[in-house]
Order: sequence, then C-alpha cells, then structure tokens
Amino acid sequence: MGDMKRAMTLSEKIIARAAGKKKVQPGEIVTCAVDLAMMHDSSGPRLAGKMLDELGVPIWDVDKLVVVTDHYVNLPDETYVRMQTHAAEWCKSHGVKHFIQDKGICHIVLPEYGHVRPGLFCVGADSHSTTAGALGAFMVGIGASEMTGVLATGEIWVRVPETARIEVKGRLGAGVAAKDVVLKICGEHGIMGFDYQVVEFCGSGVDAMPVEDRLTLTNMAAELGAKTGIIAPDAKTAETLAAWGAGKVDVKAWRSDADATYAKKIVIDGAALGPQVAAPSSPENAADVAEHAGTKLDQAYLGACTGAKVEDLRMAAKILKGRKAAKGFRFLVAPSTARMRERAAAEGTLKVLEDAGATILPSGCGGCIGMGAARLPENAVGISSTNRNFLGFWVEAPKVSRARTA
Amino acid sequence: MTHAPIEGRAWKYGDNIDTDLLAPIGSYAGTTDAELAAGAPQCLRALDPDFAKGVKEGDIFVAGANLGIGSSREAAPLFLKLLGIRVVLARNFARIFYRNCLNIGLPALACAEADSIEMGDRLSVDPTAGTAENLTQKRTLACEPLPDHLMAMLADGGLLPHLEKRLKRRA
Repeated sequence: MGDMKRAMTLSEKIIARAAGKKKVQPGEIVTCAVDLAMMHDSSGPRLAGKMLDELGVPIWDVDKLVVVTDHYVNLPDETYVRMQTHAAEWCKSHGVKHFIQDKGICHIVLPEYGHVRPGLFCVGADSHSTTAGALGAFMVGIGASEMTGVLATGEIWVRVPETARIEVKGRLGAGVAAKDVVLKICGEHGIMGFDYQVVEFCGSGVDAMPVEDRLTLTNMAAELGAKTGIIAPDAKTAETLAAWGAGKVDVKAWRSDADATYAKKIVIDGAALGPQVAAPSSPENAADVAEHAGTKLDQAYLGACTGAKVEDLRMAAKILKGRKAAKGFRFLVAPSTARMRERAAAEGTLKVLEDAGATILPSGCGGCIGMGAARLPENAVGISSTNRNFLGFWVEAPKVSRARTA
Repeated sequence: MTHAPIEGRAWKYGDNIDTDLLAPIGSYAGTTDAELAAGAPQCLRALDPDFAKGVKEGDIFVAGANLGIGSSREAAPLFLKLLGIRVVLARNFARIFYRNCLNIGLPALACAEADSIEMGDRLSVDPTAGTAENLTQKRTLACEPLPDHLMAMLADGGLLPHLEKRLKRRA
C-alpha cells in the first residue's frame, strides 16, 4: 500500500465512512449520512413526526426508519390510548415500513428484529440508543427536533469523539454480569467520567459474555456520560445477528486498528468483581452488595432494557429456584421484549420466577419511568435492574435503591 | 452571526440537575402543543416548587456540572423556555440536553465559573462574545463560545426554522 494511513478506532472508522471521508480526527465536526434511525412513541410520531409535518417534507428514506412503541403501552389511561392510536395512524399515513407495536423495549427490539449490523451509523431518539453499539454499530441518542432534522434530510452533524478503551480482564464470576461492570466503572469514574467520549469495551471478560449481556454494557454508556459505547463484533455477534434475522455480517472489517489512539485506557478485573448496588439517587453511588446487607426491601423490579433479557431472567431463576418471596413483598418481572418472554416461557424460566412469587408484567418502559404497575409506592424501598435511579426517575422519594436483582 | 446580549435574573441550582427533575414523568404526555405546554409548571417540582411559580420572562437558568443528564426528552429544555428562561449557563452539560437546548433555539453556554453565580444575581449574557457579566457581583465570567454553525442555527431561532430556510433555498 505505502500510503500514510492514520490508525483509527472503530467509531472513527464508522463516522468517516458515514461522512464520506477517508479519515476523521477527534474534535472535527462532520456531517454524517444516517443508515438507521429509531424513534419511539414518546419521542417519535407525536413530537418529531409532528414537527416533520409542520416542515411539510416527507421521510427521507422509509427503509431506514424504525418506529417502536414501548413507553406509553399497557397503561389504562385515555391519554395513552390516544397516543398509541396517534402513533399507529402517523406511521400508516407516512408509509413507515418498520412499525413495531407493543413488542418490547426499543433498544432490544431494534437488534432483535434484525435492524442493527456492524458498521452502521445510527441515531435514536432516546438516550439509551447507545445500546446498539454492542453489535459493532455506532448509535447515539438525540432529541426530537434533532430527529426531525434526520427525518427530513437523512443527515446529522457530529463532533468526532475521542475513544476511551475499557478492558474487562477475566471472565465474570457466577452471579456477576455486565450491569455490575458498568456500575463499578460508574462508581469509580462518575456519571460524567467519560464526557463526550466513546467507551469501547474489550477484553476476555467481554469476549466471554453472551451478546445479550454485552447490550447492557453499551446501554449504560449513557450512565458514564459517554456519547456512546461500542464493542467490536466477533463470531458470537455474527451468530446472534443471524438468529435475529440481520443476515450475514462482516465482523472482520469493523474493529479498531491495533495502533489506534485512545484518550484513556482502563482495565477492570472481571474475575474479581462482585455484584454491585447503586444507592439513591445516582448510578455513581455504586458499591459492593455487601455494603447494603440487611436493607429491608418492599419491592423488587426485574425489568428494563438493562435487566430482563433471557440471560438476566435465567440468572434470577437460578437463584430463586425453590424459594418464595416473603409475604407482602412485591416481586415484579417485565421481560425486555415479547420474544424474550416467549423464549423464557418456553424453556421454563418464567415458571420458576412465577413459582417464586413473581407477577409477570407486559414488556415496556413503564417500570423504569415510574408509570404503570411497577411504580414504587411513596416511602417504599425498592431494588431494580434498571439503568438509572435518579430522583424522580422511578419515584419522587429519595428512598430508593436499585441494581441488578440477581 | 450575532445574538443580542440577554439581561436577566439568575435562578441558580447545583450539580446533576437531571431531565426527570426538569420534566417529570407524566408532565409531557399528549399529542398537541397545548398538552405539552401544560406540563411546564411541573418543571423542577421535586427540587424547588417556587421555581415554576416565580420565574419570569427573560430570566436566566444557571446550574453546576452535568446539567440535563438523563433522558433525551426535549421537554426538559422546552419547559425552561416556555417558562420564560432566555439563556442557560452551566459549568458543563450532558450532551443530548445541550444539543436539545440549541435545537429549540435556547442559547446554552458552558461557563467554568458558573458556580460563582448566586440565586437572584442580575446577569448580562452575550452568546456571541461568549461572556457573562455578573452585574450584581460586578465581575465578568468567560464562557465557551459556540461554533459558527450553531450560532447560525440560533440566529434562525433553532433547528426547525433553520431547516425550513435551508429547504426553501433548495426548492
């Protein structure tokens, strides 16, 4: 070859391709063509959709848009029913090809329905859109006006972020999962510890992780202040994506160059890591679960895009098999997606949880955003597998702790 | 691109003011502008119930680190704007909230010395120059100036009017 080629990280390679450039540098502002845009029933039709209509232009490319309803689902309130109807009608009248209604949380549904592939440049109108990075795509969260701009033009401006590398050394122990890794990092580096950087997860601990669990690492890049999270795809990624209907994918092309420049490199001892719990009201209040031993709980919520995928449900079932929730204790389970619920039911996992006293709730975001049956009552103490524990996120009382339940 | 200096009274809060505090769950449902606007009085209800009651047209919102962490909901900066806030200063911002502010035409400036501002101080903020004059304390605070493409968008009133202009030019 002989040409001077700047080594690039995986994220820089994807941004460069989307910007139609050979290379990009951190700090540079570029305009990228969007390969995939996702919006849900809260950010989508009623907000971005409405603003697009006010602009009076069509969706730039209906093949590249996915609309998911997951926020205002299963709520017995007239407003929400109206919002669902509005979303469905907007999608129909605008020729939206990929409208996925009531099938689970958008960040898991999007890859589960075969829309995410390594190397894609994606945007989502939700802060946890970072999740798709676990499959080797670059995906960032944006607001509704920004999504309107994407719907109208298919483009978005980006300041090329630096990349921080987080190496998880060693396979995680029994009862420890991706959620513990992120909480540990968040506890040490803070909720803005990786401000505007991309966090790239790697190492033997990540290699050993099921792809479903990797989704939690990148989901919670948002809780590290990062622009997004990313993981280079491997054979496991290809296998999972094939099962999800994404077709054959090129996993070799999408990885960081060996001599790429990182803003920082962090190593976390995966083998030594124990379960983590974040106390109210920030994920950065993470500590070993032992520090909370003896805390009396009123409710446990096993749900969300972070904590109720089949792998998570299995982990909980393993611990709860043959046990029973105490009288008066609310144990709520909302599988991340409908397909995952079916898988967990078919293999008997859900039955174990139900036998332990779980109430199985419909899939959706309700529990995380303090809506519906999983809302924590005032002055109650709860633990949950969600990604955030901000004041006002689950309840407006500071007496809430949350973490992965298993 | 220029933006006229904005003079007003500061509402000063601390670090980590998240989007759930700014736009609590349940405050931004519905499908119409009127329904969305009806939620604005809920802004900051869990932190300072006096804010939404007392804030006046032309006031300035000031916070410490990580302003707007959390969700991508645009209602968070929109409620500030609907309540009359004309410029937002913070030591630093969560990235989606920052873009959301500018996209809805609400100038947002990173100001390393934002912590020195006190509740009720009179400020004069010049987004173009990237400065904030604290008229009460008689001191000038340096802010990070906005890149040209964002100043151009703000001058048009935000992303949508900016796009409208661009699309018209193209047609």
